[in-house]
Amino acid sequence: MKKSSAFIMVVPGLVILAVCLFLPLLRVLIPSFHTGDYPFSAYVEFFRDEYYLKIFMRTVKVAFITTAVCMAAGVPTAYFISRCRKKWRGILLSVSIFPLMTNSVIRSFAWINILGSNGIINRFLLAAGFLEKPAKLLYTDFSIIIGSVYLFLPLMIVTVAGVMENIDNDMMEAALSLGADRFKAFMKVIFPMSLPGIIVGGILVFTGTLTAYTTPQLLGGNKHMVLATFIYQRAMSVGDWNGAAVISLIMIVSTLVVIKGLNALSARLDRRGGSHA
Amino acid sequence: MRKNKMLTVFAVLVFMFLILPLVIITVTAFGEGSAITFPIESFSFRWFINVFKLKSFRVSFLTSLEIALLATVAALIAGIPAAYALARSGMKGKGILKSIFLSPTIVPGIVIGFVLYQFLVLTLRVPVFAGLLAGHFMVTLPYVIRVVGSSLDQFDFSVEEAAWSLGCTKTGAFFRVVLPNITSGISAAFMLAFINSFNNIPVSMFLSGPGVSTFPATLMNYIEYNYDPTVSAVSVLLMAITVLIMVIVDRTLGIAALAK
Repeated sequence: MKKSSAFIMVVPGLVILAVCLFLPLLRVLIPSFHTGDYPFSAYVEFFRDEYYLKIFMRTVKVAFITTAVCMAAGVPTAYFISRCRKKWRGILLSVSIFPLMTNSVIRSFAWINILGSNGIINRFLLAAGFLEKPAKLLYTDFSIIIGSVYLFLPLMIVTVAGVMENIDNDMMEAALSLGADRFKAFMKVIFPMSLPGIIVGGILVFTGTLTAYTTPQLLGGNKHMVLATFIYQRAMSVGDWNGAAVISLIMIVSTLVVIKGLNALSARLDRRGGSHA
Repeated sequence: MRKNKMLTVFAVLVFMFLILPLVIITVTAFGEGSAITFPIESFSFRWFINVFKLKSFRVSFLTSLEIALLATVAALIAGIPAAYALARSGMKGKGILKSIFLSPTIVPGIVIGFVLYQFLVLTLRVPVFAGLLAGHFMVTLPYVIRVVGSSLDQFDFSVEEAAWSLGCTKTGAFFRVVLPNITSGISAAFMLAFINSFNNIPVSMFLSGPGVSTFPATLMNYIEYNYDPTVSAVSVLLMAITVLIMVIVDRTLGIAALAK
């Protein structure tokens, strides 16, 4: 293929990306370096402010716990799917994909109905006499975490199941015939072989939770903000455009650090040394 | 193969966790009372009728369809040639170029919405609708690059070379040989990009104005001020559409096409 024709084919996309993403990013984010008394002072101030730091730490904590829970629940489930007969595999995979295609407002709304003060859990506990007054389950860090797990668990399952399906079943049989029990065979054979897929799933869940807006907005409310809801509040309610720019860059850098870090880990673990992003 | 009982129980519990909340929504949508109750006391369709009565829902639904369709088509037009060039040419820095095309996935949606609103709408005075479209283009483009790219990776380019040697022009071979062979990849990219654009909220949050609001954003606003089964009814309708799409995709492309 001629260089000139390849050039013509990539240029339209690059121009749109430049005008609609890179240029706006630079124009909005660069001024945030120069505000305040010294360069980058807005960023130093951000991490010095107790309130801001608390939001940052909450975001990281929620993303970390969500990723851990999604791995713990998703990896065995993905393994279960990958070892099912073909017909069941299709059905279970469809059940996992369905939430992914369902709007995140709906998926958060479901948990409002379950966790709210008038919700299913509270009404059940009140009726059963376990509680005197409704417990506060909604608008807490807990509700953000459970909503995020609900949002991203299907993604983890689908990603890991895709990798596990390609692992030859004979590997497992060989380990069993050599005397390993099922759990040991899984931990020594299947788990290491699917680790790259688990890490990709982990990257998707972690960065997804780190930047999610809808679920923390609906299930966390204004008292339990995370970075994404904080940007919106800074910009639209307070009119602090510079503050919103600072949070934006912090989010982008955090995302990049997580992706690069976990990819490096994946490359080290995977003896073939490939990259899996 | 013999299955471990504990694993089966575990998987059943996980699937119940995934399905039950959606079942609860579906049941509450058919309740009679204006409070959301589960289980429902009496059966009615009144909340479904209410959905169609609300003008903001109708208008924003059409806006979302329009935006998702325009953004996806634009992403296909710009993305397919780019994916082809990335797969086919021995360009230097191909890896970097690919990262550039996938870079919208690294920038959080809420940030894309924020900078587009600041720069395009406030500074350049571009209409909000155009800003919204630009944002959704960023959502859809990576899907096209990824899915079309992976189906090009599986395509045997010696077929294209055979067409050239038989006298077909390069452009002719692209349209008559390459494109027909990657149609399923293009359809999968279309479906994924369309669904994700339609469902997207963070990118759209900043980019709304008078008469311009996407359906999920309208729904979200509604929830913040009202708490009645109307939202359950909307959810049931959207889930029905999702099921329909999944059945169509399964019949044509195979459900695995959506797992990319």
